[in-house]
Amino acid sequence: MAALARLQARLSGLREEYFRRNRSIDEDRKIEYKAAVKIQSWFRGCRVRAYLRFLTKMVIFIQKWWRGYRSRRYFRKMVETAYFIMKMNFYNEMAVRIQKRWRGYYVRKYIHNYYALKKYLEAISVNNEIVRNELQEYAEMKENEEKRKDLEKKEKEKNYQARKMHYLLSTEQIAGIYNSPFRKSPDPMELLLRKSKPLSHRRQQMKSPFTYELCDWPTCKRPPTFSTSQQLPPIGRQKPQGPFRDTAEVLRQRYKPLEPTLRVAASINSPREKARAEMKREEWGNCIHDNEFLPFSSYHKHEKYDPSIHRSGKYGQETYGIKHFREVQPKKWVADKDFQTVLPSIVLFEKFGKTYSRTGQIV
Amino acid sequence: NSGVISLLRPLLLDVVPTIQQTAALALGRLANYNDDLAEAVVKGDILPQLVCSLSEQNRFYKKAAAFVLRAVGKHSPQLAQAIVQCGALEMLVICLEDFDPGVKEAASWAIGYIARHNSELSQAVVDAGAVPLLVLCIQEPEIALKRIAASTLSDISKHSPELAQTVVDAGAIAHLAQMILNPDAKLKRQVLSALSQIAKHSVDLAELVVAAEIFPVVLICLKDSDEYVKKNGATLIREIAKHTPELSQLIVNAGGVAAVIDCIGSCRGTVRLPGIMVLGYVAAHSENLSMAVIVSKGIPPLCTCLIEEHEDHIKAAAAWALGQVGRHTPEHARAVAVANVLPTLLAMYMDTRSSEDLQMKATLKNILQKCTYLPALEPLLHDAPPNILKHIVGQFSKVLPHDSKARRLFVTTGGLKKVQEIKAESGSLLQEYINTINNCYPEEIVR
Repeated sequence: MAALARLQARLSGLREEYFRRNRSIDEDRKIEYKAAVKIQSWFRGCRVRAYLRFLTKMVIFIQKWWRGYRSRRYFRKMVETAYFIMKMNFYNEMAVRIQKRWRGYYVRKYIHNYYALKKYLEAISVNNEIVRNELQEYAEMKENEEKRKDLEKKEKEKNYQARKMHYLLSTEQIAGIYNSPFRKSPDPMELLLRKSKPLSHRRQQMKSPFTYELCDWPTCKRPPTFSTSQQLPPIGRQKPQGPFRDTAEVLRQRYKPLEPTLRVAASINSPREKARAEMKREEWGNCIHDNEFLPFSSYHKHEKYDPSIHRSGKYGQETYGIKHFREVQPKKWVADKDFQTVLPSIVLFEKFGKTYSRTGQIV
Repeated sequence: NSGVISLLRPLLLDVVPTIQQTAALALGRLANYNDDLAEAVVKGDILPQLVCSLSEQNRFYKKAAAFVLRAVGKHSPQLAQAIVQCGALEMLVICLEDFDPGVKEAASWAIGYIARHNSELSQAVVDAGAVPLLVLCIQEPEIALKRIAASTLSDISKHSPELAQTVVDAGAIAHLAQMILNPDAKLKRQVLSALSQIAKHSVDLAELVVAAEIFPVVLICLKDSDEYVKKNGATLIREIAKHTPELSQLIVNAGGVAAVIDCIGSCRGTVRLPGIMVLGYVAAHSENLSMAVIVSKGIPPLCTCLIEEHEDHIKAAAAWALGQVGRHTPEHARAVAVANVLPTLLAMYMDTRSSEDLQMKATLKNILQKCTYLPALEPLLHDAPPNILKHIVGQFSKVLPHDSKARRLFVTTGGLKKVQEIKAESGSLLQEYINTINNCYPEEIVR
C-alpha cells in the first residue's frame, strides 16, 4: 500500500509532469527531429558517396579496360601498317634492283647495242669498199670502152683516108712521099697504103702490094707467108707478063686452109653419142639393182600365185551361184551319186558354155 | 613583124601541103625566138586554125604544128593558158597516138612545155588524158622520143603530189626504172629527174620509187661521165633520203653513202649540191646514220666543199650538212672537230660579206654544244664573237672540272689568260661559266 500511497502522492503532480514531459518532448522533438534528419541525411550521403565512389571505381575500371583494348588494337594496326610498309619498301627496292638490271640489259642489248652498232658500222665500211671498188671498175670499164671506140674510129678514119689517098703509094721508080729512100724503113702510112684496097667504084687493075712479096712465080714451092711486116720491094723484080691473075690471090686460093663447118667437123655420131653417153651415165647412176628388166610374160612365169584374202580364207568365194545353183553336200550322199532331181534342170543353164563351141571352155 | 604573121596566116590554108608545112614551120620559128612574137602569133588567131587542120593532115604538118604550139607555150604561163583554151591539148593528145615517132616527139615536147609552168596547166594536161599515152611513148624504141616523154612526165609530176600520183598510177615508175641503165646520157638525165620529181612529194611515193628496185642501180649513174646525170642521180637519192629514217637506212645499207661521197669528190660546182644535201639529210635522221656517214669518210669531202666552193648556197649547204653530222653526241662533234673545220666555219661566220650566217650560226651552235674535244676549241677562243664565245666557254666549263690534264693544257696554251680577258655582265651565263672555270684553279694562278 505504500506503493499506492506513493503513486497517489505523485498523482497530483502527474498532470503537470505529463504535461511537462510532453512539452519538453515536444520542444525537443523539433531539435531531435532535425538532428535525426541531419544524421540520417549525412549517413545517406555517406552511403551514396560510397556508392558513387564504388560506381566511379567500376566505371574507371571499365573505361580503363576499354581504352586499353582500343589502344592495343590501334597499336596493332600501326604495327601492321609499319610492317607492311617495311615489307613494301623492301620489295620495291628489290624490284628496283631487278628492273635496273633488266633495263640496263635490255637497253644495252636491243636499243643501244654497242657491239651491234660497231659491227654494223664495220659492215657498212666493208660494203662501201665493195661498192666503191665495183663502181671504180665500172668507171674504168666505161673509160676503156670509150677509148677503144675512139681508137677504132680513128683507125677507121685512117683506113678510109689511106684508101682514098691510095695514089700516094710508092711505085718502083718513084718512091712515094711516105717512103723516102733515106729512111730505114717505110713510114707507117706507107704500110697502111699498101694494105688498103683502093677506094673507087670502077674496077681497076691496081697493083696489089702482095705482088712484091713473092718468090719467083713458076718455081714457087712453098706457100708464101702473109706477114704484115713488109720489107722494101726488091728493085729488080721481073713481073710476069700477060693477063694472069696475080699470084698472091691464086696461092691464097690454092692453099686456103680447110675451114670445115661445125657439122662437118664433128663426127657423124657425135651428138647422138654424146647424148647417149650422157644418158648411159645417168642410168648407170640411177640403177638400184642389177636385175635386168624383163618383159611381163616372162617375169611372172615362175611366180606362185598367192590369192587374195577374200579367196584364201575358208569363207572364201562360194561356188554357189558360180558353179552350181543348188546346194550339194557330197558327204551326206548315201550312194556316190546325187539324187535325181525331180524337176528337170533348166535347159538354158545346161547349155551354158556349150552353145557354140568348146573354145570358151579353155578360158 | 605582125605584118609577117598576117601574111603567113592565109598560107596555112593553102592547097599545096608543102606550103602549109613551111608556113607552119616559119610561124614556129618566129614564135620560138621571142615571147612578143609568140604573143603576136596568139593574137593573130593562128592557133584555132592550126588546131582544126591538125586532125586531117599528114605527119609533116602535124610535126610543124606541134612545133608552133611548143614555141608559143614555152615562154610564159599566160601563153600556155591561151593554147589550152583554144583546145590544142586534145589535138596534141591525138598526135601522141600517131604512128610516126617524130610526130609523137613533137607533140610530147609541146605538152611538156605547157605542163612545165604551173600546176593548173599540168592538171589540164592530165585531164586531157596525156599521161597513159606518154607512158606508152616511153616504151618506144626511139631514144629521142623516150627522152622527151621522160622529161614531160618529169614536168607534170613536179608540181603536186596528186599529179605525181596520177603519173604513178599510169605505171610510169617501172618503165622509168628500167631505163636507168640505158647508155644514152641525156635519157638518163631525164629519167632520173622524173623519178626524183615523183619521189619528192611524200613518203608513199618515195617508197613506191624505191620498190621499183632502183638501188643499187642508181649508184652506177653516180659514176657516169656526164655531170648532169650525176647531179640528177644525187637529186633522186636526196629526195628519197629526206623523208624517213628507214629510207635513209636503206640508202646507207645499199652503199649509197659511199657512192655519193665519191661523187662529191669528183665533181665541182653546183653539181655537188644534191650530193651534199644527201649527206645532210641522212645524218639528220639519227645518230647511228650520222655515225655511218662519218665511218664512210664523209667529213673530208664536206670540208673541201666548204673551203673550195665559191657559191654561197653550196657553202651554206656544206655547213648545214656538217652541222647535222656533228650535232648528235660528243663523239660526232669530235669527229667533225678533228677535221679542223671549226676555224673555217667561224671565219665564214664572221665574214661580213656572207649572207648565210644564220646557217653558220646554227651549225656552230649545234656542234659546239656537244663538242668536248678541247684542242679544237682552243683556237676558237681567240677570235669568236660573244654569242659563240658563250658556247665555247660553256663547254670548257663542263670539261675542265673533271680532267686535270686538260686543266694543265688549258693554262699552258694561254686559254686561261684569254678567259680572264673576257668581259661579261655578272649574272649572265657567260659569267657563270667563267666562274666555274676559275674555280677549278687555285687562286694564285687565276690572279
